[in-house]
Amino acid sequence: MIREPLIFEISAEGKKAFSFPKLDVPLNKEILKNIPTRGKIEDFPQVSEVEIIRHFTRLSQTNHCVDIGFYPLGSCTVKYNPKINEKVASSSEFVSSHPLAPLELIQGNLEILKRTEELLAEITGMNAFTLQPSAGAQGELVGMMLIRAFHEETRNPRKIVLIPDSAHGTNPSSAHVCGYQVREIKSNQKGTIDIDDLSQNMTNEVAALMVTNPNTLGIFENEIKKITHIVHSKGGFVYMDGANMNALTGICRPGDMDVDVIHLNLHKTFSTPHGGGGPGAGPVGVNKKLEPFLPLPLIERKGKQCILNFSRPKSIGRVRSFFGNFLVVVKALSYILSLGPEGLREISEIAVLNSNYVRKSLEQDYYLKYQTPTLHECVFSDKFQREHGIQNIDIAKRLIDFGLHPPTMSFPLIVHGALMTEPTETESKRDLDLFIEAMKQIAKEAKENPEILKSAPHISYVRRLDETAAARNPVLRWSHSQGEGEEEK
Amino acid sequence: MSYTSLSEKDKKEMIAKIGVTSVEELFRSVPEDLRLKKALSVPPSLGEQELLSYFEKIRTQNKYFEYLSFLGGGAYNHFIPYVVDYLSSRGEFLTPYTPYQPEVSQGTLQIIFEFQTLICQLTGMDIANASLYDGASAAAEAVLMAYRLKGKSRALIARTLHPQYREVIKTYVKNMAIEVEEIDYSSSGEIDFEDLKKKIDQETSAVVCQSPNFLGVIENIEKISELAHNNQSLCTVVIAEPASLGLLEAPGKLGADIVTGEGQSLGIPLSFGGPYLGFMACNKDFIRQLPGRISGQTSDVEGRRGFVLALSTREQHIRRERATSNICTNQAWCALRATIFLETLGREGFKELAWQNIQKANYTLEKLSQLKGVRSRFSGSIFNEFVLQFSLEWTKIEEFLKQKNIIAGLNLEEFYPELKNCALFCVTEMHKKEDIDKLVEFINEALSEK
Repeated sequence: MIREPLIFEISAEGKKAFSFPKLDVPLNKEILKNIPTRGKIEDFPQVSEVEIIRHFTRLSQTNHCVDIGFYPLGSCTVKYNPKINEKVASSSEFVSSHPLAPLELIQGNLEILKRTEELLAEITGMNAFTLQPSAGAQGELVGMMLIRAFHEETRNPRKIVLIPDSAHGTNPSSAHVCGYQVREIKSNQKGTIDIDDLSQNMTNEVAALMVTNPNTLGIFENEIKKITHIVHSKGGFVYMDGANMNALTGICRPGDMDVDVIHLNLHKTFSTPHGGGGPGAGPVGVNKKLEPFLPLPLIERKGKQCILNFSRPKSIGRVRSFFGNFLVVVKALSYILSLGPEGLREISEIAVLNSNYVRKSLEQDYYLKYQTPTLHECVFSDKFQREHGIQNIDIAKRLIDFGLHPPTMSFPLIVHGALMTEPTETESKRDLDLFIEAMKQIAKEAKENPEILKSAPHISYVRRLDETAAARNPVLRWSHSQGEGEEEK
Repeated sequence: MSYTSLSEKDKKEMIAKIGVTSVEELFRSVPEDLRLKKALSVPPSLGEQELLSYFEKIRTQNKYFEYLSFLGGGAYNHFIPYVVDYLSSRGEFLTPYTPYQPEVSQGTLQIIFEFQTLICQLTGMDIANASLYDGASAAAEAVLMAYRLKGKSRALIARTLHPQYREVIKTYVKNMAIEVEEIDYSSSGEIDFEDLKKKIDQETSAVVCQSPNFLGVIENIEKISELAHNNQSLCTVVIAEPASLGLLEAPGKLGADIVTGEGQSLGIPLSFGGPYLGFMACNKDFIRQLPGRISGQTSDVEGRRGFVLALSTREQHIRRERATSNICTNQAWCALRATIFLETLGREGFKELAWQNIQKANYTLEKLSQLKGVRSRFSGSIFNEFVLQFSLEWTKIEEFLKQKNIIAGLNLEEFYPELKNCALFCVTEMHKKEDIDKLVEFINEALSEK
């Protein structure tokens, strides 16, 4: 494979990949008199069009992606992204709409937003939605802000947010950005929230509990009604992280669990492509109690028209410019409409079937800390392999040699050496079997030939990368001097 | 439509393997009383043809694209070379997740590294991150970052900062011990230095200005940064229109400490406001406080260059509540588009883009302000936006122009009550001379019709 240099290293004086039409208004040099202008932008690239095409095409080929194969990152729900949704979202009437255009000229866009809010409310059993948050973490922050705004009304915002020790890192971080202290709630031996620990910690200093359901172990918090009751009885709110909603669509609804506020990830459950790290969208749904606090503006129906309501005195305000990640919403709406009620239920059923099939097939080979039934994902660990000096990272890197993307390793923190595996509903049995066989082969190699794991991956574009060196001596941009000193190997 | 891939035979085999009798049984951990007894009340599934006609019906309710528009205000209509769409729609770019496994994500990581480099070159700063959500939340993150760096509780923000950015900053800091105060503008449309001098003190962590600002006027960053530095506070420059950086001096060269903003102009269509592209660049000493993902260079076991997500000890998945920001998913694909855009335009093309914008906007401003009943509201230099004040009620002119299929400018009274009958116009390389002349002619007509 050709090793692709940085664009700056193939740049050469005078090359062009684009030209503008000639300026058609009279030139006026006077206008530059009072402003600081710059000369040429130093080292800015100059390449030809074919060089651009080859640069990005070659780089693209070094990426693993859902279009190529299995991508079982736990709690990330990396499912197939239907292509028709891209076509729908690329219509020029959507793409070229200005967000400050007069409302009567962009009714179609407002209809899309409103319709999506309504459908998400039905799917989750919540009362109302805002589509403004750009991603899950911003949704969490909005959720916390709504809760805080409610408490502020009583002149006591409270101090603490309770978060289970199995939670994703954004939960404590979002609570902190909202000005709360975080207190961790223990998980019990089944992997669910320890009810006694929750009861003890649930005081009237606690603003909210953030709970992921099913949790990051893939386990449904089956005492959720009891949990919400305990929190509510002390005047707290229950925030549900909806990252794992893919296990529940059409099966049950957070609103019916008495959850007060929830965020969804449109780039997970609703299949909008993640683009290598975003854009996503993190809509937030609330019950009646929190609705007055939703971000501005609110889209409302008035007859056949949609209007924007800015006069909401209790609102937390705006959290993002304009209307959020609109085109992501278009794709999610297209997805929901193409699935319909049966299709929405089917995604959860098959996601859970696929995950349990993988779990059953591998539970002899990889340690499962919790024996509790799981839904859409399960968390194996490297405990058996550690006896041979093998860690989860070695297993992950070896999977790459099989053309597969590894599971999530960075959490949940309560499973040491985690391999959090979420196959999603779109995978065929053949693809699941390829993964299962690879994992079995790797378990065997761990015993018989651990070196092949430790030195993996062997056949990727680059081999194992030194992440420690990247942190110790950060090189975060190309610069001319560095380029000169370095030789491509 | 269904996007699952199991045959009935597969399902039977899998159910048998698991050791249950039905899929239903797999949900036994969900209490009976919580389970939905009926199907969700959403419309029946649509096939591809039906789906397309549904959306055709909705999108044709949008009439905006039939108009000649001069709207800007934080969302800019620029030409996007076709290669940007062509390349960015590749599945290898569109359908990966965050590059947690660098060995199979080198494309994404190298492109982010190039993006960071381009942002540094444009802003004149040392380092940049992989992206933030949008200009507004990026501005808010910059205020929080300055607070962490300086430990001082006041932030001064220019009233000429985009009104929505100001709103978002206020929403973000509301629950932190940060006090935000606004600095007025002067008759030139620049930040009012007297007001700034009066309000800045040793407790100020940052002065946040936008250039070109929301009124279209180019700020004197050198002077603002000098004042900020004299008070041991940081100068944060927000760039809402990065096309200006093809011509205007890099803020880093003028004393900015943090440069943040909105990258939509760089190859991302208007898209009714999103997805857009927040970016942030800063002085290298601030690296540990920079929010968001960063791609860093390293090498593999064979000594070949490669890229990884660097310095993740700043981030939520390691540091949890002590992270620099809660951001996780960002706008990587939009950063990819910006990278393709900038590299395609190249050094000369990007300069030409800025040049055409400033020329066309100034030509329009000159023509319009020559009309009777129109005056340029501010005396400061502009890039591709400007404010005009009219002798007639703006809403009447707006309505008249709408009849002529023109969306002229943004009514500023909504954002600045004191700016009566003032509108913000934006002219880019997308406007031909004949479009501009048409605008001038109809505004003249509107004014003489009274």
